Amino acid sequence: MPVKPARDAYIIGVGMVKYGRYPDKSVVDLATEAVIAALKDANLTMKDIQMVGSGNLSAPIGQAIMRSVGQTGVPVVNVSNACATGSTACREAYFSVASGAFDIAMGIGSEQMGKAGLLGAGRIGAMGDLAYIPEGVMGSQLMPPVFSQWGVDHMRKYGTTFEDFARVAYKNHKNSVHNPYAQYQQEFSMEEIMNARMISWPNTLYMCCPTGDGAGAVIYASADKVRQLGLSSKAVKVAACVLTSDPWSESGNAILDINLCTRLAVKEAYEIAGIGPEDLDAVELHDCFATAELLHYENMGLAPEGEGARYLKEGKFDIGGKTAVNASGGLLSRGHPLGATGACGISEIVWQLRGEAGGRQQPNAKVGLAHVIGLTSACTVNIMVK
Amino acid sequence: MTQASETETKEKQQKPIVNYLKLPDSPDEKPYLWGSRCKACGAAYLGPRLACARCFAVGDFDEIRFGDEGTLKTFTIVHQSAPGIEVPFIAAIVDLPEGTAVRCNLGGIEPDPEKLVPLLGKKVEMYTEKVREDREGNDVIAFKYRPAN
Repeated sequence: MPVKPARDAYIIGVGMVKYGRYPDKSVVDLATEAVIAALKDANLTMKDIQMVGSGNLSAPIGQAIMRSVGQTGVPVVNVSNACATGSTACREAYFSVASGAFDIAMGIGSEQMGKAGLLGAGRIGAMGDLAYIPEGVMGSQLMPPVFSQWGVDHMRKYGTTFEDFARVAYKNHKNSVHNPYAQYQQEFSMEEIMNARMISWPNTLYMCCPTGDGAGAVIYASADKVRQLGLSSKAVKVAACVLTSDPWSESGNAILDINLCTRLAVKEAYEIAGIGPEDLDAVELHDCFATAELLHYENMGLAPEGEGARYLKEGKFDIGGKTAVNASGGLLSRGHPLGATGACGISEIVWQLRGEAGGRQQPNAKVGLAHVIGLTSACTVNIMVK
Repeated sequence: MTQASETETKEKQQKPIVNYLKLPDSPDEKPYLWGSRCKACGAAYLGPRLACARCFAVGDFDEIRFGDEGTLKTFTIVHQSAPGIEVPFIAAIVDLPEGTAVRCNLGGIEPDPEKLVPLLGKKVEMYTEKVREDREGNDVIAFKYRPAN
């Protein structure tokens, strides 16, 4: 059931670090840089922050970030929620304000993965004997195969092709050249994408997000506080902030579902915000693999069922199209340091709605949506309005 | 008898890789998948259940024996995996007519998209195969699916 919180909350400051690989820095360093950038954006100091939600999949580092940037004794909540970790931490901060409990709160997302990809569960079998690991002999629970299988499920239903999915990667890499925060800022031709090394058919290397290091921070405030601080021109209203888990389905035993929890989350978010997919100018959605993005056009109602590939081909999701989808370059180019991703998708939409997105700006963007899915399964949807 | 000699004389056994694969004692009987069906709403699950995630009934299940046939919901051809996992292999999801689905490898066909895409939504049948040996030298048996004739 959609829950409309007690009062509105606004985003008054965002910050992120350029995604990449930082072997000489700690993850706390990266998070601290993002926090400092968000504080500067809102013209605040840590003294103003009344509550912190910190998302990191590897470790509960929220208090360590406070020791790095400012120890004020305020509540710090550590969050772990698969790839939705950062956005769930932001949701904690959002509800701290929207519930009326606090006037200013901060959500942080951070992760340091280095080159080691955290692909998914390699579960130990019966009595700790490696011979009983099901991976590779009873299908796969790793993320590239799971998201590839969802793409092929769409092929079964609608005849979608390898080329249709490759076009998602083409668009997002093309957008990334305008994003100074992206891990990779490089355009690829359709041929380069389709002829790249196959990871899990139909996703080639350039259709899979890179792993890496990154951090982002988002500061939320009440309406009164926005006025008091003189930040009305900068503030972006959170019209809906929703988190779902996967509802029951017949195939749920066998494969974690990326469609159902997204459909449930956007349905609730549209209802709370009083906004529909036709109103969205900019969307940052969870394109961890090219196959996923195409499904989410339909999951979110941006395209009718089975029409996602056609809409993409017609340019409806390009910058300057009906709805710019992943103008940032998405996870495919910006990168996907797991716990950081959610906070950074929200930051990107805030920049789009403020008209601060530079060469990747969607013209006249007023309404945006940030979506993350974590396979556990968890889905967050934030609708933001300027 | 010492523990060491007990191990030596122990006969090599066949062990299922998961608890919902039943390997009958008699060679005349075929292996099968088993699970639980909720008496209240009919939802089907692989293996044992404590509660129904669909209708929330607690502890009231019938044991079900799944048939050999299912339909191919989706697949992928895995070319890169975790260290030690042999590639390429076809990872698939098979819908079972009893109302659930299983994750499995698809065998009996080349890992070629042009051959696999036409199989989507088509009938596949279960079979079993030794996939590894465990620490004690027992055969570890997994179930797979292949195109049905």
